[in-house]
Order: sequence, then C-alpha cells, then structure tokens
Amino acid sequence: MLGLLAALVLTSEGWTNVRETFFSPGDFADAFPAVLDGFWLDVKLFLVVEVAVLVFGLLVALARLSRTPALFPLRLLSAIFVDVFRGVPTILVVYLIGFGVPALLLSGLPTDPVVLGGVALTLAYSAYVGEVYRAGIQSVHPGQRSAALAAGLTESQALRHVILPQAVRRVAPPLLNDFISLQKDVALVSILGPLEAFRVAQIEASSNFVYTPLVAAGLLFLCVTVPLARLLDRWERSRRS
Amino acid sequence: MSGVLEMRGVTKAYGDRAVLRGIDLAVAEHAAIALIGASGSGKSTLLRCVDLLDEIDDGDVLLDGEVVTDPAVDPVRVRRRLGMVFQAFNLFPHLTVLENVVLAPVRAQGSPRTEAEAHARELLARFGLAGRESDSPERLSGGEQQRVAIARALATRPRALLLDEVTSALDPELVGEVLAVVRELKAEGMTMLIATHEMGFAREVADEVCFLHDGVILERGDPERFFTAPERPETQRFLRRLLDSGRLSI
Repeated sequence: MLGLLAALVLTSEGWTNVRETFFSPGDFADAFPAVLDGFWLDVKLFLVVEVAVLVFGLLVALARLSRTPALFPLRLLSAIFVDVFRGVPTILVVYLIGFGVPALLLSGLPTDPVVLGGVALTLAYSAYVGEVYRAGIQSVHPGQRSAALAAGLTESQALRHVILPQAVRRVAPPLLNDFISLQKDVALVSILGPLEAFRVAQIEASSNFVYTPLVAAGLLFLCVTVPLARLLDRWERSRRS
Repeated sequence: MSGVLEMRGVTKAYGDRAVLRGIDLAVAEHAAIALIGASGSGKSTLLRCVDLLDEIDDGDVLLDGEVVTDPAVDPVRVRRRLGMVFQAFNLFPHLTVLENVVLAPVRAQGSPRTEAEAHARELLARFGLAGRESDSPERLSGGEQQRVAIARALATRPRALLLDEVTSALDPELVGEVLAVVRELKAEGMTMLIATHEMGFAREVADEVCFLHDGVILERGDPERFFTAPERPETQRFLRRLLDSGRLSI
C-alpha cells in the first residue's frame, strides 16, 4: 500500500519539479541554521506555555467543580471560558489577542507579540486541559473524598493529597496528547510576526522560491513531537502492566 | 447518662426521601452500640451524619457534650476526633499501606513523620500486617485492606470509632479476621458505633443493639434480650428473615 503510494508519487509527472522545490539538499543546508534558530523560540515558548497551561487549566477545572454556593459566579465564569476558548479556532484567538490587546493602547499591558501569542495559546489550551482535569477529578470515587475527610483532612488537603494525585495519573495520557498538539500549535504565533521556525522558513521560502525550508521546519517539529509520542506510548504500556 | 457520642432528634432527607426521622442515641464511654436493620434503613447515613460527612436537617449531634452540628463548629476539627471505617475500605490506591496510615496524623494533626510512622507500624503489626508496609493496597486481600483501614482510622487516636458494615464487602472466609480486630478493640475499651449485618457478632460484642427501621430506632436493648425476645413485630420479622436465610443462629 505504502509502496504503491510512493511509486505513484515518484513516477508522477511533476515529481522532478517537486523534488527540486521541496527536497533540495542544497537549499536545505542553506536554510537549516536560520530555521533551527527560529525553532528555539518555538521550544522556549512551548515550555513556558505548557507550565502555564498546567496551572491555569487546573484552576479552571477547580473553579468549575467548586460546590460552595458563594462561588457560583466563578463556576459560571469558568464554564463560559471553556465554551468560548474551546469553540473558537486557536488561530483566531492568537490573532485577536495578538492584535487586539496592543490596539487597546493601555499602559501596563504587554505588547510583545511572543508574550501575547503565549497568552493566547495558554487561554486556548487551558480550556481543553481544564476539561481533561475535570474529567479526571470526577472519575475519582466519592468514597475517596469521604475517607480523606473522615481522616480529618480539610477539603483542600483532601484535594491535594488524595483526589488530585489519582486524577492526574488517570488523565496523564490525554494531557500529554494535548501537549503534543500544543508543541505544533506554537507555530501559530508566527502570524503575529515573531521569527519562529515556521516564519523563518516562510521568509526563506519566498525569497528563494523553494519550499525546502518549510520541510526543514516540519522535520524539526517531528524531532520533538515523535519522541514525545513514543514516550507517551511507552509510559502507557508500563502503566498497564 | 451523658455519652461520648449523642444524637438528639436527628433528621435527614435526601431530596424528598426522609432517611432519618428523629434519631435519639447515646454511646457511653467504652461502650459499643450495634446498629442493625435492612439495607437502606439509614445505618450508613446515620454514621455519615455523626462524622459530619453529611449535613443533618434537624436535631443535634454531640461529641463529648459539645453540639458539633452547630454551624459555628468547624467540622474538620470534629472529624479529627472520630475515626471511620467504610464498607468498601476506601484506601488511597496511590499510596502505600504505610502512607495510608500516616497521611492523616502527618497532614491533619501535624505529627512529626517519624513519630507517626512508628505508631503506624505498631498498629499494622498489631493487626497482622507487619511486612506489608510498602505494598500497594491493591495487592492485599479484602480482609487485609479492611484491617489497614481500621489502622488508618485509629492512627489519629480517635475518641470513638464509627464502623460502617466493615465486613459486608468481604468474602465469607475473610470476615472473621476483621471481626477479631473489632473484638480486640472492644476489649480495650474503644467507644464504638457499629452498623452491621453480622448478628452473631452484634450479640457478642455490643452493649446495646438498636434496630433501625424506616429512619427511626424502632427497638433497642440488651443484645441477649433483643435477639431472644424481640418485642416489635417488625423486629421479629427482620430477625425471622435472617434466620430463614441462614444468616442468624440463635
């Protein structure tokens, strides 16, 4: 099947052309250092946003799961937050925050496109990750909370020492899955202008009329996402046994 | 007689279903009270209300003479003075046996870890669990898990122990080892409120048996009298059903 597909591509009329524009070793070598340089920005942004999403997503889930009547506004707010940021395409969130916030001309707000892009990604991904956390917390049997409270723990101690550790263990696979997805989506900040891998590749591509730099960028992303995915597989296997 | 634990006119409903309809009960120091009754008669709810895990609708729960259902009383402080053991064990599966037992003393009571661990090891050894300290609860039999749960409840040195059908989830051959532990605690003078289906055990260990039916204590009394000459027709029917199903021998 795969061989058939490869044969079809390699014998196609335009293959020579495609090979030259997408897979030229010379262009690859020329563009690679600049693209790699841009890729570090992706990696850094990914690491910062990931931590922010882990924290903020948890807060969203906790707000949504709160029981106190007094916290009703917070519950409502987090429900709306999830609906909005999960419902709007991520690229639109990046665009709206990246160009909307500086347009407010408010002093004290960040105007750096990398920071704004990071904020946008954090909001978008916290909505997803908040729901993952919520599912995890709700999957822990209510008897665990009863037992923790009966032992004399406070609500927050029960959450921290008994419920969350079990919940996070259960949802680790979907959490990691979202992070693989985030690792790719950091390229979306390119629309705001920062010189990350995709943006650099795009510039290189349009100045030389070749697409090889984009392929180089794609390979770099694969270098991170594939090992992450394998790590996740291995971890899941070891958990099951 | 003022008890360690006391309930006065306690009512509790889930939605429009009344579960407790005016419970009066007192557990004196060193006494064991057995709560019996059909499934759904309100035994578990009663225990959860005493431990303030469920909020009562009306009445008072007292611990050492203090009304603990007063909204001004912090329920956490009350629960720290009581130990509870559940039908389904409810051990923390992500922690080892030892960590299950030391969690509350260390986190809730602020005991030094070394001290809490020494006490936990002592309790576990007493209940025949020496050597299992670093096991995951899942690797233990039901009887062993329930003994760990009893050790966990005792780790905070509670004033009284609430036992909620602690043998109902066990295979028949494992019931005995858990009951032996409870018997031992009774001999040491632990104050206990015991919801149970084990009539023979209730008769042997309890100082008083309370028959819960439709949310009220319909009949109560000395175990010998209760099991040999029950007065109320409902009690007689309940005991007869148990006799017929072979779960009670008198």
